[in-house]
Amino acid sequence: MSTLTIVRQFGEVLLAIAIAPLFAGWIAQCRAWLQNRSAPPLTQPYRMLRKLFHKDVALATDASPLFRMTPYILFGTMVLAAAIIPSVATDLPFARVADAIALIGLFATARVFLSLAAMDIGTAFGSMGARRDMMIGFLAEPALLMVLFNAFLLSGSTALPSVVEASTAHPFLIDPSLVFAAVAFLMVLLAENARIPIDNPATHLELTMIHEAMVLEFSARHLALVEWSSDLKLFNYACIGFALFLPWGIATHGADGGLTLGVAVIALLAKLIVAGAALALIESLSAKLRIFRAPEYLAMAFLLAVLGLLVHLLLGA
Amino acid sequence: MSLAEWTSRYMVALSRHDLSLVLMLVLGWLVLGAAGLIRPHRVGFVAHVLFPLGALAAVGVAFLGAIALLAGHSPQILLLPLGLPNLPFHARLDTLSAFFLLLLGLAGAGISTFAAGYFRSGQGTAPGLLCLQYHVFLASMALVILADDAYFFMVVWETMALSSYFLVTSQHRIPEIRRAGFLYLLMAHIGALCILLSFGVLQGGRWQFTFDAMRGASLTPFWASAAFLLALIGFGAKAGLVPLHVWLPEAHPAAPSPVSALMSGLMLKTAVYGMLRITFDLLHIRYWWWGVLVLGVGLFSALFGAIFAAVQTDMKRLLAYSSIENIGIIFTGIGLAILFAACGLPLFAALALTAALIHSLNHALFKSLLFLATGSVLHATNQRSLGKLGGLIRRMPWVAALALIGTLAIAGLPPLNGFVSEWLLLQSFLFTPQIPHAFLNMLIPLGAALLALTVALAAYVMVKFYGVIFLGQHREPSLVHAHDADWLERIGLAWLALGCIAIGVMPQLALRAAGAVTGTLLGQTVNLSSPFWWIAPIASKQASYSGLILLAGIVGVVGITFVMVRVLAHGRIRRTASWDCGYPWQTSRMQDTAEGFGQPIRHMFGPFFRMERKLPAPTDTAPHYQVHIEDRLWRVLYLPIARGVQRLADWIGLLQGGRLSIYLLYSFLTLIALLVFVL
Repeated sequence: MSTLTIVRQFGEVLLAIAIAPLFAGWIAQCRAWLQNRSAPPLTQPYRMLRKLFHKDVALATDASPLFRMTPYILFGTMVLAAAIIPSVATDLPFARVADAIALIGLFATARVFLSLAAMDIGTAFGSMGARRDMMIGFLAEPALLMVLFNAFLLSGSTALPSVVEASTAHPFLIDPSLVFAAVAFLMVLLAENARIPIDNPATHLELTMIHEAMVLEFSARHLALVEWSSDLKLFNYACIGFALFLPWGIATHGADGGLTLGVAVIALLAKLIVAGAALALIESLSAKLRIFRAPEYLAMAFLLAVLGLLVHLLLGA
Repeated sequence: MSLAEWTSRYMVALSRHDLSLVLMLVLGWLVLGAAGLIRPHRVGFVAHVLFPLGALAAVGVAFLGAIALLAGHSPQILLLPLGLPNLPFHARLDTLSAFFLLLLGLAGAGISTFAAGYFRSGQGTAPGLLCLQYHVFLASMALVILADDAYFFMVVWETMALSSYFLVTSQHRIPEIRRAGFLYLLMAHIGALCILLSFGVLQGGRWQFTFDAMRGASLTPFWASAAFLLALIGFGAKAGLVPLHVWLPEAHPAAPSPVSALMSGLMLKTAVYGMLRITFDLLHIRYWWWGVLVLGVGLFSALFGAIFAAVQTDMKRLLAYSSIENIGIIFTGIGLAILFAACGLPLFAALALTAALIHSLNHALFKSLLFLATGSVLHATNQRSLGKLGGLIRRMPWVAALALIGTLAIAGLPPLNGFVSEWLLLQSFLFTPQIPHAFLNMLIPLGAALLALTVALAAYVMVKFYGVIFLGQHREPSLVHAHDADWLERIGLAWLALGCIAIGVMPQLALRAAGAVTGTLLGQTVNLSSPFWWIAPIASKQASYSGLILLAGIVGVVGITFVMVRVLAHGRIRRTASWDCGYPWQTSRMQDTAEGFGQPIRHMFGPFFRMERKLPAPTDTAPHYQVHIEDRLWRVLYLPIARGVQRLADWIGLLQGGRLSIYLLYSFLTLIALLVFVL
């Protein structure tokens, strides 16, 4: 392990931490444009974080240590996930620590901690949000696993660096199954990151909120860390999507000099800009579903991923 | 002589006498149990002398099991001077037995330590008698694992069933517990009958009942399949596979908590052991459809258990259903292993079997931990119903912290142990498209999705379990007086929690232990060359995982973030009332109840349940809501069988006229018939 790989690893993590709020801000801006509103500045999420970090924490009297630990644990898991996902380069010391399935597990850890923290204070909204979020989680996981199954069939690996390297080796070979898998992944991404049509990040309407209901009791630095980690989660999901379906530009093993890294960072930014605009468009065009329509939505994602699998097995056989 | 040399020489010497040492420890358990009878009502002696000694013996059993796995030598065989004339009991220790001894010892040590602190109340069975039953139960489980002939196996298998029956019914004055005990005994005997028949088929007409003879017996395809199916029914009834699971959610909650832990954590694993012994060792796996059958039953049980666990309102019943789920996951792994092995893919079979074995070990640890934690909660609050608990993390911080580890582990979250086995199982599912059957290789990947659904549902269930018991507000005012567990109970819980963490961060150790077993059973192991904190079961390029680095990474980032926040911002805190969207009135009744938390599951998986609901009318001044959930299988399958048996008994009962002349007529007719037959 050379010094260069370690520098590259840290650089990638710091980049992720730094631009994750920007990505969220970009989506908010695109949404505002599409909805004919005047947009907040791109730096709005950073200002928000700064403000929150400087406020005093208002902590419920009944909060247990679990509640106070959770924001840090969330942030820790999301930063670690950013270290594992090959967003800029594949040759990272942390990249082999967890494959894509273990990454889903890592996200599940974060979700369980947030749900437990939401139940800790004992308010009606907290436990409602926890219940709903866990429900979305167990509906999304089968679909996500089928997406990864598709990727595994194409590349023979569930480790993201290997997937990226396998697909950059044949850059223009597009398998039809990938199209199905990509749509399924996009649907899961929206559900898992509390976006429309499953949840609305901009609402505090009692009956519909999921994610917001869970974070109601967090304040100041705790809230800042929770928000930052949700931004990081969205960023991480986007990067997993890029690694699986749009790996172009990511610096692969052996070809990771300064120039390729520069290209990789620019490619990542370009992909994020396009993806953010696309997410904003989807969110503006669709309406929020009732909570009990969520199973149908995620079953649809599951079926698409299975279709991809069958297409691959039938055509490939 | 250096220390390493000395240790290795010592190990070799130990491993040579492994089997006799284990048998001596098992004998020690029996002696401890008998010693309980000396002063059956002296709680202090039983609790502070006998149970801790039993825990020490369990550590010894685990140690010897580990040594036998490490040494990996050819099996040791002993003839015991017991049993019928000319039919001595055979005992044998090979890697498969050693693995399950390790499991038994590891979890047993924690449970016995906890039990030392737990058995102190005077109601029900006397502590001394309980101690005897407890240790006979432990010893019989160890002997089931060591038995090497069908006679010995059946004798200790029955001892196990009976001793656990008495333990389940230790509160025999409560009618529901007697009923649960009866149901358990009935199912145990149906299962035992099937196992007996299976052995009868396995001996292949040579009338030799040692396992060695059975290994060599040549069976036709029909009889081999018959033996397999009988074993599946027999061991499935013990393990709680759907539809033979009905006794499990009744019996496990009825027993005292350490006994529930023994039954759920260990006894179910003896059934897994028996299944592996017969399928992989005695029958040498033959047909792929066996694998598909076990896989299907396993997946269905897993999903069924998870769904039912989600709607339970009694904390021990919830855990009992979760046991059905985990047994389902284990049998899914076994099914995949059979399928792969029968299709000539031994490497993947080894992967699936490794997953099943490690999951057995994991389940023994975390399920015992959680059952014991419910025991502490029960002692502290006298409540089993989830609807009357809540907020105990503030009253019982030790139990809450240790139970949190168990909760995260059973929910299959990295970096704990439950994740390792589930990850391995998902990895082995990835290779199912290589099975050379056109439809199977498209159908079975869907099993992976079902497994993912189950695992995620388990996380849902465990959030409910932990959240409703330990988090939030007290649902009953009396909970303020709840006290934490005493020190022996804490040690027992901590031992099991430590096991969960150790396997989670050093999965390679468990992989090597399981590798020794797959090496003997399949002649193949997964890739074991990685360092101890790292696993890459097939190839590092294919998939790898490291729990230790994951844990270190999270802890590192959390630490750095904590310091950075304190340095760059501040650490000020103000305690206030909770916000809750500004609602001024809040009571503990506004939190989700256990029923409320299960509501989405009831909504989505409605067809699985038989539900009776009483909704209040809008004008009701004292509204009352009631929901009762039942297993459909009970009415569809069990009640018709029970009615059939009843009807048959009625018919046969017609023979009994109650008049002496009729009975004399029967004797006379029988005599005539016999005379005709003989002449």
